[in-house]
Amino acid sequence: MKLYTSKAETAAASVVVVDDMILTKEMPTAAGSKMLEGYRSLFDAEMITRLHAAGYEIGGKAAVGEFAIDLVGETAYDGACVADGILRNAAAEIIKAGEAKAVVGLDVNGSVRRAAAQNGLISVKPTYGTVSRYGTVPVACSGETVSVMAKTAADCREILEAIAGHDDKDGTSLSEECCAQIKSGGSIAKPAKVAVITGCNLTPDAEAAAKLSAFGAMLEQNGISVTAVDAGVLTTASAAWNILMSAELCNNVSRYDGIKYGYRTENFENIDELYTNSRTEAFGVLLKTAILYGSDALSSENYMKVYDKALRIRRVIADAFAALFAQYDAVLMPACSKMVYTEADVQADRYISFAENCYTAPASITGLPVVVAGGVQMIGKAFAEPMLFAMAELYEKEGK
Amino acid sequence: MRYETVIGLEVHVELATESKIFCSCSAKFGAGPNEHVCPACCGMPGMLPVVNKRVVDLGMTAGMMLNCHINRTTTFDKKSYYYPDLPCAYQTTQWFAPVAVNGCVEIETSKGKKKVRIKQIHMEEDAGKLVHDIMPDTTHVDFNRTSVPLIEIVSQPDLSGAEEVIAYLERLHALLRFAKVSDCRWEQGSMRCDVNLSVRPEGSSELGVRTEMKNMNSLTAIARAIEYETARHIDALENGTEVLVQETRRWDDVKGKSYAMRNKETAGDYRYFPDPNVMPVVIDDAWYAAIEASLPELPEEKRARYISELGLSEYDAAQLTQSRALCDCFEDAVSVCGKAKDAANWINSEVMNILNARKMNFDMLHIDGKSLGALILLVADGKVGRANGKKVLAAMFDDTTIDPAVYAEENGLIVSHDTGMIDAVIKEAISSDPKAVADYKSGKEKAIMALFGKCMKQLKGNCDPQVLHTMLIDAIKATE
Ligand SMILES: [Zn+2]
Repeated sequence: MKLYTSKAETAAASVVVVDDMILTKEMPTAAGSKMLEGYRSLFDAEMITRLHAAGYEIGGKAAVGEFAIDLVGETAYDGACVADGILRNAAAEIIKAGEAKAVVGLDVNGSVRRAAAQNGLISVKPTYGTVSRYGTVPVACSGETVSVMAKTAADCREILEAIAGHDDKDGTSLSEECCAQIKSGGSIAKPAKVAVITGCNLTPDAEAAAKLSAFGAMLEQNGISVTAVDAGVLTTASAAWNILMSAELCNNVSRYDGIKYGYRTENFENIDELYTNSRTEAFGVLLKTAILYGSDALSSENYMKVYDKALRIRRVIADAFAALFAQYDAVLMPACSKMVYTEADVQADRYISFAENCYTAPASITGLPVVVAGGVQMIGKAFAEPMLFAMAELYEKEGK
Repeated sequence: MRYETVIGLEVHVELATESKIFCSCSAKFGAGPNEHVCPACCGMPGMLPVVNKRVVDLGMTAGMMLNCHINRTTTFDKKSYYYPDLPCAYQTTQWFAPVAVNGCVEIETSKGKKKVRIKQIHMEEDAGKLVHDIMPDTTHVDFNRTSVPLIEIVSQPDLSGAEEVIAYLERLHALLRFAKVSDCRWEQGSMRCDVNLSVRPEGSSELGVRTEMKNMNSLTAIARAIEYETARHIDALENGTEVLVQETRRWDDVKGKSYAMRNKETAGDYRYFPDPNVMPVVIDDAWYAAIEASLPELPEEKRARYISELGLSEYDAAQLTQSRALCDCFEDAVSVCGKAKDAANWINSEVMNILNARKMNFDMLHIDGKSLGALILLVADGKVGRANGKKVLAAMFDDTTIDPAVYAEENGLIVSHDTGMIDAVIKEAISSDPKAVADYKSGKEKAIMALFGKCMKQLKGNCDPQVLHTMLIDAIKATE
C-alpha cells in the first residue's frame, strides 16, 4: 500500500503533507498519472510558499487517483491503496497515522470530502477563490478548490488560515478583504436553522444515513433547528458537473502530448502516432472516458445542447442555494452513499465516481464552502467557513 | 459573362506591448530561440493566465480607431487544436464577446471613397514557431512568440479586388501605427493577413464558393495572390477546369500559385468554450474615457492642421505625417523652439538624412523632439553654425540624453563672437595666399571661397558665415 509518492525525512513538529496534485520544486508531481511520472515542476505552488512562510515543513506528497477525479484515489497509475479489499485514501491514512498535522490537496470531484467523511476526519473545501490555485495541476478549473483535511477542526482552520489570501498570480483569486472573512473567528448566530437535504440521486445506505441523522440530532441538542428539504434541482448538479469537469479536463490534459515533457511512447513513426500512442499508453480508462465525454460536450454540434446547458444549470443551482440560504444558515448533505468503498464497487462500475459525486457536485459547481465533520457535509454560503467550523466544533465537543 | 470578386480579410496584428498577454515574458521580436519563455507560455501545468491590461488598452484603442462598438464586458475563450507550436494544445482567444464589433474604415481608391465594414476585433495569443532547417528530418520549436498578444481584425466581405484590399491594408497600417497599437511590420510577421475570396456573376446577390488564402507576407504578394485566385475561380466557373470547394489554400509567392492545404492542417472542430481561469474583463466608464482621450489625431487631421495652423507646405506636412514618430518629434520640437517651418525643415532634411544613412525607418526615430527644438533654437539664434548643428544632431542619435547646448559647449561647437580672433585668422589666411587675394581683386569673385574655407576651418566652423564673409571682404579690400 503506497501512501506517499515522495516523502521527506523530517522531524519537524509542524509537518504538512500535500497531495500529488500540488506542484513542488523539491519533489516530483505525477497527479496520479503515468503521463506525468517523474515530472518536476520549475516552481512551487502558492500554498507551498505560504506554508513555508508560516513555518510548516512539507512532509511529502500523498498519492492521488489519476487527476483526482475518482472516488478516493483508486485510479493512481502505480496502484490503488487497498487494505482487505477496502479502498483507502492516502491522505486520510497519513493523518490517521499521525504523520502530518494536515494534508492539503485539490478537491476536483469530491475525493477529499469523501475520504474525510469515511475516515472520521474533518475537511474544509473553502469558498472558491479564497485559496490560490497557482501551482495546482489543472483539471476542472471552474470548480476545483484547494482543500484541507485534518483530525480536528482547529487544525483545519489553522492550515486554511496559512494558505488563504489574495494572489495576483491567480486571475480568479478574490480580494484580500473577501479572503479575510474566512479567517475570522466564527460563531453560530442564534436561532440557527439548518436544512437537511433528502431525495439525493443515490439513497445513502443505512450507515451513511445514520451519520446524517446523528449529526442532525446533535445540532438539535445544541438548539439549532433542523428541517428536511427535498433536493429539488440539486439533483441535476452531478450531471452538469460531469459535463463541465470532463470538458475542462479534456482541454486541460490536451497539453500532455508526449513532446515537451512527461511520458513519450517509444512506438511512433510520425507526429500523429507520437501524440496518439503517448496518450493511449499513459492515460487510464476513467481519464480517457472523461476526455471523450468532455470532447463531445464541447463539439460545435453539442455545445449549446450540452455544455451551455450545464453552464445554465450551474446558475440554477446557485439560485437554489441562494434561496436555501435566505432561510437556513447551513445545508446538511451526505458526502457519500456508503461509509466504505470496496474494490468490488469499482469493478462493478468503473464510472462510479461520476454517480457518487451527486453529493459533492452541488458545492463543486457553485464554489460554496463545505466543512466535512461526523461523516457529513455542511455547506454554507460564500465565506461562511467560520460558522461551519463552529458547527464542526460542536460535533467534536459532543463526541468527547 | 462578367464576374465580380468578393473579398473579406482577417488581419492579424501583434500588439506593441512590452510583455506577453498572460505572463511577464518579453514580447519583443528578435531574441535567440526560447529566450523569452517561462512555464506559463510553455504550457506547463499549474500556471494561471493573468490578463495584461495593456493588451486590453490596445484592443480598445484599435476598436475606437476603426469606429467600432466596444463591448464593455469582454471575455476570453479557449480554442482547441493540436499543433506542436501550441504548447497547451489550446489558444486563448475571444469567441463569444470580442472587445470590439461593428466598425468601419474609409478607404480611397481610383474609384473614389468607400466604407469597409469591420465585423469584429478580438484579442488572442500568438502561437510559437516551428524551425525546420537546423537538422535534417527534425523540427525544432521556438516558443518566443507563444502568447505574444495579437488582435485579429475581421472585415465584412466588402472588398472587390486587389486595389481595394491594398488601400484597406494601408489604411489599417497607418491608423494602427498612429495609435501605437502595433509596429505593423509585414517582414517580421507583426502584421499578417488571410484573404477570403469568392467570385460571382456581376450583379448577383449570392456568394460563390469561398476559399481562404494564407501565408502572404507582403502587399505585393497579397495583390498577386488575389489576382491569381480570382482568375482561377473565373476559369473554373467559365470553363469548368475544376470544381471549386470551400477550402484553405497556401500562397506560394515564388511559384506564384496557391495550393490547397492538406485537410489535416485545417479541418477540425475548435471546441470553443469560455476560459474559466480568466474572469470577464469589465470596461468601466473611467477606463473607456481614458482610452478615448488617448486616441491620436488621424494622419489627415494632423496634415491639415500643420498646413492651416502652422503654415507648413503641403509637401512638408505630407512628409511628416507619414509616421507618428516623425509627428511626435516635430510637435515636441515646435513646443520648444516655436519655429514650425524650421522644425519641419530640420526633420525632413537633416533627420531624414541620418535615418537613411543609418538604414533606420521613420518609426525607429528615437531622438528627443524637445532636444531637437533646443538645437533648432541654438542654430536660429546663431549660437551654433548649421554645419555644426548637424554634428550635434548626429550625437543626439547616438545618445538621446544629450543636451544640445551642453554638448556644443563641451565640443567647441559654439559660434565665436570674438572679432579679434576672427581678424587674426583672416590676416593669416590673406598673408598665406596672396594669389587668391590678387585673383579676387582682379574680379574673380569666386577666389574668395578658398580664403573663406580656410578661415572657417581654422575657426572650426564656429563663426557666423555672414560675419566672416563681410570681414573677409573688408580685409581684402584693405590690403595694398
Ligand atoms: Zn512566459
